[in-house]
Amino acid sequence: MSSTSYVLRDSATMLRRNLKHAVRYPGLTLGTLMVPLIFLLLFVYVLGGTLASGIGHGSSYINYLAPGIILMTVATGSMTTAVSVCTDLTEGIIARFRTMSISRAAVLVGHVVGSVIQTMVSIALVIGAALLIGFRPSADLVHWLAALGIIALLSLAVTWLAVALGTLSKNPEGASNLVMPLALLPFVGSAFVPTGSMSTGVRLFAEYQPFTPVTETVRGLLMGTPIDDNAVIAVAWCLGISVAGFLWATKLFNRQA
Amino acid sequence: MTTQSTRPAIATTGLRKAYGDKTVLDGIDLHVPAGSVFALLGPNGAGKTTTVQILSTLVGADAGQVQVAGHDPSTDPDAVRAAIGVTGQFSAVDKLLTAEENLLLMADLRHLRRADGRRRAAELLAAFDLVEVARKPAAAFSGGMLRRLDLAMTLVGDPRIIFLDEPTTGLDPRSRRGMWQIIRDLVAGGVTIFLTTQYLEEADQLADRIAVLDHGKLVAEGTAHELKRLVPGGHISLRFTDPQTLDRAARRLGEGSRDEDALTLLVPSDGGVRSLRSVLDLLDAEGIEADGLTVHTPDLDDVFLALTGSPTATAGTTAAATTSATPEKETTR
Repeated sequence: MSSTSYVLRDSATMLRRNLKHAVRYPGLTLGTLMVPLIFLLLFVYVLGGTLASGIGHGSSYINYLAPGIILMTVATGSMTTAVSVCTDLTEGIIARFRTMSISRAAVLVGHVVGSVIQTMVSIALVIGAALLIGFRPSADLVHWLAALGIIALLSLAVTWLAVALGTLSKNPEGASNLVMPLALLPFVGSAFVPTGSMSTGVRLFAEYQPFTPVTETVRGLLMGTPIDDNAVIAVAWCLGISVAGFLWATKLFNRQA
Repeated sequence: MTTQSTRPAIATTGLRKAYGDKTVLDGIDLHVPAGSVFALLGPNGAGKTTTVQILSTLVGADAGQVQVAGHDPSTDPDAVRAAIGVTGQFSAVDKLLTAEENLLLMADLRHLRRADGRRRAAELLAAFDLVEVARKPAAAFSGGMLRRLDLAMTLVGDPRIIFLDEPTTGLDPRSRRGMWQIIRDLVAGGVTIFLTTQYLEEADQLADRIAVLDHGKLVAEGTAHELKRLVPGGHISLRFTDPQTLDRAARRLGEGSRDEDALTLLVPSDGGVRSLRSVLDLLDAEGIEADGLTVHTPDLDDVFLALTGSPTATAGTTAAATTSATPEKETTR
């Protein structure tokens, strides 16, 4: 029996395993969900007044902020992913999987799909919270679906990268540290304030880093701001990072004994 | 045990493996007939686990021929994986799942049909005395329960060749005996078992053939009986109250080695009643009183210590035996 014909089935089995873990031990997931929620409240109620007048958004700063917070959820979710992948790979059961006639990619695919599902659930909760405190997007159903599609794509890209970093790390603490820059990336972008307000060097980085075109695309889809070529750049970034993350993660995983 | 004619379950020739400039396996030849129990015995760091890792497709060999269930792990790992089950040294159980979920996970990964998987899981839970804890997460299990669950998971797909890497390390005596019984039952069902252990008694109890591995080389191979004949370990140890008596006894009994400090005399013996009586008769005739007497029959400890290059390992001395993993089998009469 060839293992390739069982890739889907094995991946589904691994996904069930990971979802069971997440449901049974929700601490890690809840922890990363809290971060964007706290930032949402912090930026709206504490920093929001000053920031809004600074960037000229008035009382509707939450409408500028919410898409950024949504993408921040993707980034913080990557920390959960890297830590849980790293923890899982040190478990004896992974060695058992390697001695069984199952698809090697299935272990990682199970983690990625499970993490994307968890991230999307977190994002639904973050969107719900934003709507509760005054987020008023102008999008219709089609724009909502397009925005969610882009968010899912970003989540897939960031998750594959996080899985690779989790596989690379020797211990969960190391994994957490490795992913930290990734989780902070939305800050050096257009998630909280427009890049135009930044100093030149930072602005150049902020404008060309992947989170910015994704942020602008999601903001455009939800709030009707101009998107321009950001959508194409965002999709290209996401696909590129996904493929690179996938290749890197599977290479690392197959190399380990 | 009687399968010389059939294809071997496991065969290697000239198996080599090095990590960096450290040679772990230095030309290993193994031949394990189908349906037998083969024990690879050796001290820590001898290369036992590396051997299992290579045979079970976890790591590649540097050189040599390897056949497991008729397939080469380096060119056709999936065919090997489909035929084998591995219970490693460290628990390979998903501790966040329950015992039953762990078994069903294995059933899914072995691509059993759902109903078949449930039936097999129920059978194994019953056979391994895990029914009462079936719905409990494995994180709460004792060491013995974890090992049983671990082995049960290995058996889900009915593998024909099972690798057990130190299956009873860290288990209490009762759990160890339970594990031995499970292994014997498996053999009765016709599976081939490749066992590594550092417990000589375990190899003696279970294995048809034993190979002794030391520093990456096989230093001996044979049945437990054959290995025991390799070393002259049998003797009667007589202890006396003073050097004068020791002297007289040594003169009368002629042969043997003496230890002046411990006031003991070691007389070669096969450990049988006849040789014991003749020694006692000689002492009686001279009116020599022995203060104490022990009979030492050669066991795998002697073989192990004599072959694995422990510096103090002169076969048959009690001092060397204290460094072994199991209590020396000595019968005091």
